[in-house]
Order: sequence, then C-alpha cells, then structure tokens
Amino acid sequence: MSRPTTEAEYLASLIPPSIRGVDRRTLLRGGIGAASVLAAPSLLAACSSSSTTPTSAGPATGTVTLGSNASDAVPKKALQTAIDAFQKANSGLTVKVNTIDHNTFQENINNYLQGAADDVFTWFAGYRMRFFASKGLAGEIGGAWDGIDGLSDAMKKSSTGDDGKLYFMPSTYYPWAVFYRKSLWAEKGYAVPKTLDELKTLGAQMQKDGLTPIAFGDKDGWPAMGTFDQLNLRVNGYDFHVNLMAGKESWADAKVKAVFELWRELLPLHQPDSLGRTWQEAAQSLQQKKSGMYVLGLFVADQFPKEEVADLDFFNFPEVDPAIGADAIEAPIDGFMMAKKPKNEAGALKLLNGIGSATFQGEIVKTSPGAIAANAKADTAGYTELQKKSAEFVASAKSIAQFLDRDTRPDFASTVMIPAIQEFIKAPTEIDGLLKKIQDQKVSIFGS
Amino acid sequence: MASRPRRNKGLNHVAGLDRIVVILMMLVPTVLVLGLVWLPALGSVGLSFTNWDGIGPMSDAKVIGVKNYTDVFTIYPPFQPAITHNFIWLLVMFFIATPLGMFLAVLIDKNVSGSRFYQTSLYLPVVLSLALVGFIWQLIYSRDQGLINGLTGSTIDWYGDQRYNLWAALVASSWRHTGYIMLLYLAGLKGVDPTLREAARVDGASERQTFFKVVFPVLAPINIIVLVVTVIESLRAFDLVWVINKGRNGLELISTLVTSNIVGEASRIGFGSALATIMLLISSVFIAIYLRIVFREDSR
Repeated sequence: MSRPTTEAEYLASLIPPSIRGVDRRTLLRGGIGAASVLAAPSLLAACSSSSTTPTSAGPATGTVTLGSNASDAVPKKALQTAIDAFQKANSGLTVKVNTIDHNTFQENINNYLQGAADDVFTWFAGYRMRFFASKGLAGEIGGAWDGIDGLSDAMKKSSTGDDGKLYFMPSTYYPWAVFYRKSLWAEKGYAVPKTLDELKTLGAQMQKDGLTPIAFGDKDGWPAMGTFDQLNLRVNGYDFHVNLMAGKESWADAKVKAVFELWRELLPLHQPDSLGRTWQEAAQSLQQKKSGMYVLGLFVADQFPKEEVADLDFFNFPEVDPAIGADAIEAPIDGFMMAKKPKNEAGALKLLNGIGSATFQGEIVKTSPGAIAANAKADTAGYTELQKKSAEFVASAKSIAQFLDRDTRPDFASTVMIPAIQEFIKAPTEIDGLLKKIQDQKVSIFGS
Repeated sequence: MASRPRRNKGLNHVAGLDRIVVILMMLVPTVLVLGLVWLPALGSVGLSFTNWDGIGPMSDAKVIGVKNYTDVFTIYPPFQPAITHNFIWLLVMFFIATPLGMFLAVLIDKNVSGSRFYQTSLYLPVVLSLALVGFIWQLIYSRDQGLINGLTGSTIDWYGDQRYNLWAALVASSWRHTGYIMLLYLAGLKGVDPTLREAARVDGASERQTFFKVVFPVLAPINIIVLVVTVIESLRAFDLVWVINKGRNGLELISTLVTSNIVGEASRIGFGSALATIMLLISSVFIAIYLRIVFREDSR
C-alpha cells in the first residue's frame, strides 16, 4: 500500500466515501490516478454537460455579493486582498463582501440560505456541503469550473454533490496537528513524542517545568471535537472513524469507550477550566509560552504575531496503537458555494471561477499563514516554513478526515456532540452513561 | 335649509359608522391575537409531532407522534438541568431580586438625601440590553483578566465553571431586574395617598406597621404587576445566558434549548417545537394563576 507523495494524490484521498463509490483501499492499491479515472467519467460528464448553460446567462457585470464567515482579522484581510486583486483584473464586476461573525454565520446558515443569501458564500467541503446541495439550498456551479487549471480531478470530486453535479469551489485547506513553539522546546530540551507514552512523559516533564502541557479551550463547543477526532483516528483508525461519523457504528461500542478512557487519562495534561475559554485564548497561552503544545488546526498561526509565526512548528498526533499507526490525519477544505437563486448568476460564476484560480488562492495564502491553497498551481513561493511543512504533512498522510462537524449530520454534531463532549470534560468519570445517551440520540436522529 | 336633513342623515350615518367601528375594534385585535399569537403557538404544537428539518415546504414533514416528547424526557440530557435552572432562576428573582427592588423603592421613597442619584444609578442597568449586561459582567467575571479574580487572586472561572456560572449569571440578571422592579414600585408608592400614612401615624402605627398593614395592601395592583413581571422575566430568561455561552455547560434554560435546536444549523424544528410546547405549558400554569387573581380582583 503506497502512500501518496504528491499533492494530487493527497487530494484524491480526500474524496468522501459516499461519492467515491470505490473502496478506499482499492483506490490506493490500484494507484489513485487510474482508479479515479475509472470511477469518475460518468460523474464528470454530468458536470460538464450542464456546466455550459450558466455561463451563457449573460455578461459578468454589475455587483456580486459575497457572504464571508472570515471574521477573524487575518483571514478577513487575506480574502479582501485577494478580492481586490480580482476586482482589478475584472473591472466590470463589483464584489461586495459581507463579513459575518464566524459562529453566527454557521448557526444561521439554514435561514440565511433560504432567505436573503448572498450570491456567493463561504462554506466547507464534506457532509454539510452535500447536505445543502441535496436540499436544493445551493446552486450548481459547473460553469465556474470551466478553464480552471490546477484543481485536480480529486478536488473536483470532493466538490461534487450526491447528484454528481458541482456545487463547491475549493479555496484552501489546513491540517490539524499538535502545535508548539520551537524556541520554548529548544530551551527546555523537549523532543517530539512519537508514541503515547512519550507524550505522557513529555507532559509530566512540562508540568514539572511549570508549564501547562496541552492548551485547551472549548467554550465554543467545537474545538474539543478535534481532540476527539485525533484520538479516535489513533485508537480505532480511519475506517471506523468515518463509519462512526456516518452513523453506521454504535457510540456505545467498547471502541468508542476506549477513546474516551484515553482522553480521560490525558485530561490532567490539558489546560483546566477549558469550558470557559475560547480557542483564541488557549492559542494565546501557547503563544505566551504558558502552554507547551496545542492540538488545533493550522489556523492557530493566526493568533501569533507575524514575526513569531516562524517560531511555530507542529508534529503529528502520536501513535497510540502500533496496529493502527498514525497515518490518518484531519485536513478540512474551505471554499465557496453559490446561492440557489443568486441575484447575479453570471457574476457569481465569474467570481467563483476567479476564486478557483491559482492567482486568487496565491493571494489568500500569502496573507494568511493558516491556510494552504487548494489549487496546486498557486504560487507557493511566499509560503512560510509552516505552510510548506503543512503541505508536505498532508501529502504524506494515508487517509484524511474533514472534521467531526463536517463529517457527520449537523444536527447530530451541534445538539448532541457539543453538549456530550462538554459533559465529558466536566465529569470525565461517567463515560458509560454518556455514551449510551449519545447512542440513543444518534439512533433517534439518524433513524437507525 | 339643507343642513337639517344632512344632520339627520349624518346621525344615522354615524350610528352605522359606530357599529362598524365597534365591529372593527373587536375584529382587528381578534385577528391579530389569533394570527400572531394563537396560530403560531398552535403551529408549534403541531410541528412538535413531526420531524420537520426546516428546509423546503412544511408538507415534507413526517408525523412521528409523540416521539419528540419521549426523546426530550428520556434521552435528551440537557433537558433536566434546563428545567431545574429555570426553576432556580424563578426562585431567585422572586425571593431575592424582586424584594430587594421593592425595598430600595421604599428607601428612595423616604426622600433620603441624594435619592435622585440612587434612583438613576439603580435604574441605569435597565436601560442596557441584557446582552450588554452580559458583556459588562464578563469584564468582572473573566477568569484571567476579570475584576474579581484580579482583586482576590482566585482562579475561579465564573462563567465557565458550571458550579458557579448559574449564580454568576443570576447576580448579573438580578442587578438589572432589581432596578426595574424598583422603578415600577416607586411609581406605585408615589401614587399612595399621603393622608393614609398620616392617619396611620396618628393612630400610632410604627413605620413597619404602616408599610405592611396600610401601604402594601393599597398597592395590590402594583404588587400583581411586579409579580407578573418577575414570573415573565424569569421564564423568558434567555439573552444573558445566550451571550455568556449559548446556554450550554451549566447554563441550560428551556429557552436556550429551543433556540439551539431550531435556530442553529441543526434545524431540528420538530424537536425544538416539542421543547417550546413544554415551555408553553409551564408558562400557561403561571398565566392561569395570574388571570385567576386578576378576575377575582375585578369581580370584587
């Protein structure tokens, strides 16, 4: 079983199983390129046949509105810079960016899409993208994919809805890993842990040195999902994780219990009182060298002053079970979708086309050190060490998950998993009762 | 000459107009109440028996009987704490915040020096939205940068630790509620006929006796308003808690559960409606008690 070595191979492995239609192992065994060609033609044909109509709807002029959830300072600026460059190249088209607070945007998405949605809006690949596509809340954007160079077929498929049409324009992605400050670790002489035991030893050492080993903040409810994903991927592996997210496995299973038991064991290494702390505050404790490491996405870099980003480094979450290994990681894709009835369809498609381009994404990653361009042809000369390492890290992973709330039903993730994980952090002793409650609700929501 | 018949005609016309006005006066509020209160309320009750996800036409919803209700009571962990918290909220408002507001009103009514100043500062929080109140107290409660921990050197996470956050929220909420009740009650006290107090004093009643035996009974209508306001404010407690942490982790209230199920990305309209219906039933109990008191007052 060979590991993907190029970015294109990595992107091929991102395709969700529901679309792939081919067993992941077969894909890898048969060589990703060959297998995807076999699996894809009907899919791609469906896209391209319908893709020509929207572009002929009219010339791309006037105003296009763009609903953005990039409310943090750095990504906001990155998007604006890229949009400004796009505007310069397309003088007939005015892009109006409406930035909405990230969490607010997420929580109002249903009403937003059914009401006055902007022509183009930020969203994520994965279950939630396909969910909106199948519910008819997003417009088909095949036309916007015309003439884009650098987005692989694999990327194209991860932008495809259940009906085989394109609904998503990938922009950037980022890996989850364990982040730390090189200067602090060099000063204290810490080494990157490869196994769980090494991680525990390192944690104990950090506590002795007066540091909080692992920064942690779960006020918003979702950051701890990342920790759960990492542990589940290490304890039970990728296939079990994906099936669990899809509702095919029982949450009351002993395998899930093992994850929470391990987490309970590691909780004393985490920053206490995490339920009142935002991830930004936790990231700042890493930046201020009060915490030794932090399990988070690459966007943690956005909380660092520019001159200190170079001091930030990361390592893969250590191996827990040698039989499972540590080659499954998380790397969610961010991107853009179009409203079901955009006010300016031609403009929206033009903008989406621009967003998919290497130039646009090159601008984004230049300003935002927390993201990697989805377009393989994007200019990576401006990449920081961290971005380069991230791209390599993702490329060397065997299997890639998106994120708990992107891989499963949104109602399950927000109304069941957020309270459940917070409950666990609050009272880590009651695992059995908690898992039974999760399972009962899962059955009720998934209907099986 | 022409004026007389016109006047007669005008009178008849006015009589007809009166009838129309009366009918309209009955009809418009009825339609409004039905359309804006009862229809949505009954709609929620109806939706609570379905699994509608809020997307597409309502006809897509599937009727699933009382499953949402059994789920709420059996497998939805945040429900039990939410009921308890709502109840605690009501008790604290009723037994602490409201009496405190009344007490302050009585003090200010005594015209102590600077009463204007006290009145204004105590009422100030009422002018602020609860969302802002939440933020102001965040500055006081914050674990790492807050006033309390800064002064005492403790590391208690007032809003994050579920042992404290409900009480922390209640202090913030009472801070606002007290001022509100104070102003309501002050208005009532100003309206009490001074001769009553004089008469009481002449009869040799003490200050306390004057208040409890004379003034308080006279203020019965205001007392009921204060009571109702307290109950309503407690049951609809929402904004403050939502601002703090979206009603999770120790701050669950029925209102926040309804919102997080319906408004959020989750969009479990059916399930959320079941929660809303339960909230409606609980409110109805208090509304019924209130109406009984009001009607008894009227018939007296």
